[in-house]
Amino acid sequence: MRIIRDIASHPTGRVGAAIILLYLVLALCGALGLTPHDPLQQFRIDRLQPPSATYWMGTDLFGRDTASRLMIGIGHSFIIAFASVGLATLFGTLIGLLAGWWGGLADGLFMRAMDVLLAFPAILLALLIIAVTGPGTFTSIAAIAIVYTPIFARVVRGPTLSLKRRDFVDAARTFGSSQRYVLSRHLLLNLVAPLTVQVTLALAWALLTEAGLSFLGLGTQPPAPSLGLMMSEARNLMQQAPWLLVFPGLTIMLGILGFNLFGDALRDILDPRTQRRTA
Amino acid sequence: MNYLARRLLTFPLILLGVSLLVFFSIRMIPGDAITAMLGTEAGLLTPVQRQALAAYFGIDQPVVVQYGRWLAGLLQGDLGISVTYGKPVLTVILERFPLTLELALLAMVIALGIGVPAGVLAATNNERSTDVVVRILAMLGQSTPGFVVGLVIIYVLSVYFGFVPAMGSFTPLWADPLANLGQLIFPAVTLGFAFAASVTRISRSAMLDVLSDDYIRTARAKGVSGSSVVWHHALPNALIPVVTLSGVEFGYLLGGAVIVEQIFALPGLGRLTLDAIGQRDYALVQGCVLFIALNFLIVNLLVDLAYAALDPRIRLSAR
Repeated sequence: MRIIRDIASHPTGRVGAAIILLYLVLALCGALGLTPHDPLQQFRIDRLQPPSATYWMGTDLFGRDTASRLMIGIGHSFIIAFASVGLATLFGTLIGLLAGWWGGLADGLFMRAMDVLLAFPAILLALLIIAVTGPGTFTSIAAIAIVYTPIFARVVRGPTLSLKRRDFVDAARTFGSSQRYVLSRHLLLNLVAPLTVQVTLALAWALLTEAGLSFLGLGTQPPAPSLGLMMSEARNLMQQAPWLLVFPGLTIMLGILGFNLFGDALRDILDPRTQRRTA
Repeated sequence: MNYLARRLLTFPLILLGVSLLVFFSIRMIPGDAITAMLGTEAGLLTPVQRQALAAYFGIDQPVVVQYGRWLAGLLQGDLGISVTYGKPVLTVILERFPLTLELALLAMVIALGIGVPAGVLAATNNERSTDVVVRILAMLGQSTPGFVVGLVIIYVLSVYFGFVPAMGSFTPLWADPLANLGQLIFPAVTLGFAFAASVTRISRSAMLDVLSDDYIRTARAKGVSGSSVVWHHALPNALIPVVTLSGVEFGYLLGGAVIVEQIFALPGLGRLTLDAIGQRDYALVQGCVLFIALNFLIVNLLVDLAYAALDPRIRLSAR
């Protein structure tokens, strides 16, 4: 496919794609149980061990292997990020598409509702949702999905408004194509490019928000490993065991960087106007 | 209808929507409000006491009436009583807000102070090594969560400099400006770090756009010096998107303060919200969320008005 060739030849896109692939492989290995140690097993005589041949990234206060926990943590973070962004894309696209297509009162109602959600800083809206439903993995998915739905609705509505006035849409309607056919075949297919860029960048934000919620103790609940939670647990031990801070911190940062680089590369490739400007 | 009139007209509608969302989401919490307010102690109440409390808080009324009363109270600054603090919610919020506001403002000053010059430097050295280094740093900055930055700052300060940032206390600016700055400077750097990266990227991109405009070419052709072209002719126009970004980010800084205040144990509004969630003090959660959202909305409205004043194309466009 051309897009894969384009990304492979884009300097930062290549790096971003490599990081994402590496993380996916690590998460898959974690899910298949191919971790160096059991991530929940407590090696009590090996508590707070620095990185070594046995424990590549050291152990935590309970003697659990940091590398194994990170592999599982990446998987958790990715599941939450992909699920929440998937839901946000689905609902945001639907709302934006229908608002732009129908116009008038429906457009006003849908988009003002989205404006209300956008009136909250992301982490605050997520906190409000978690306050209502209680912390946990599914709550995190729902909260992050609700936070990012308005962004997708806005991304889709604008182009829908201009696309629906284009000749090819008029032609399709004149030929008797159903509303559903026009929306799915003519409008949605033309929205794939901006949506793909938005999805990739939203995955970076979702990873960031998930890590933040877990750090605050409102995301994935212990003993399940989560990157944000591991950072939070490292807080009081950072002087004796800096590896507990360094490895999860680097893992979170690299993951977000991967999606940011990949998203920027996609934007460069799909929208040549931004090529000159984006970093 | 032009953009400004439209923006001013939709503002109260969005405010109403925000109040509806906050009010009804808090009422979606499973169990009745008395139990939610009193926790396990609610089990000690007799049915008569429970009924009396419900009547006192007005929660025996239909939910629409409750919303109407709550909204009327809201308009008079009455956000209810915090069960944790035994004080009006607004009083508790106003005690904590100065810290968060100062933190967000300081973070913004740091971010703009670093981001704008870095963006200008990158744009004026486009595609050279300086530009590449600035772009890489900005991308890394944007990808690093605030709590990672905060913990690394604490680690570096404590291990390499034997200095632990003051935590858990707060001296107001007017009481002792130096002590205040000492307490807030590291949290503000933490909070402003990612924002500085965003400002760098947007300043660079805006500067590149402006530097290729005809009026800049004209200024250069007239013999205006390079630095004067950059700082006097190009920068003021390139700052317009930075102003917009700053407005939007200010709200995020208020929200992002939740994590930073938690790391540095600062008694601000973010930590108050988080503690209120932990203590199931719903009147306080509701008040904090509403207060931050209102600030966010007002700042965004002001930025939009400033943006419209700066750029007549926005002011006059009928969007």
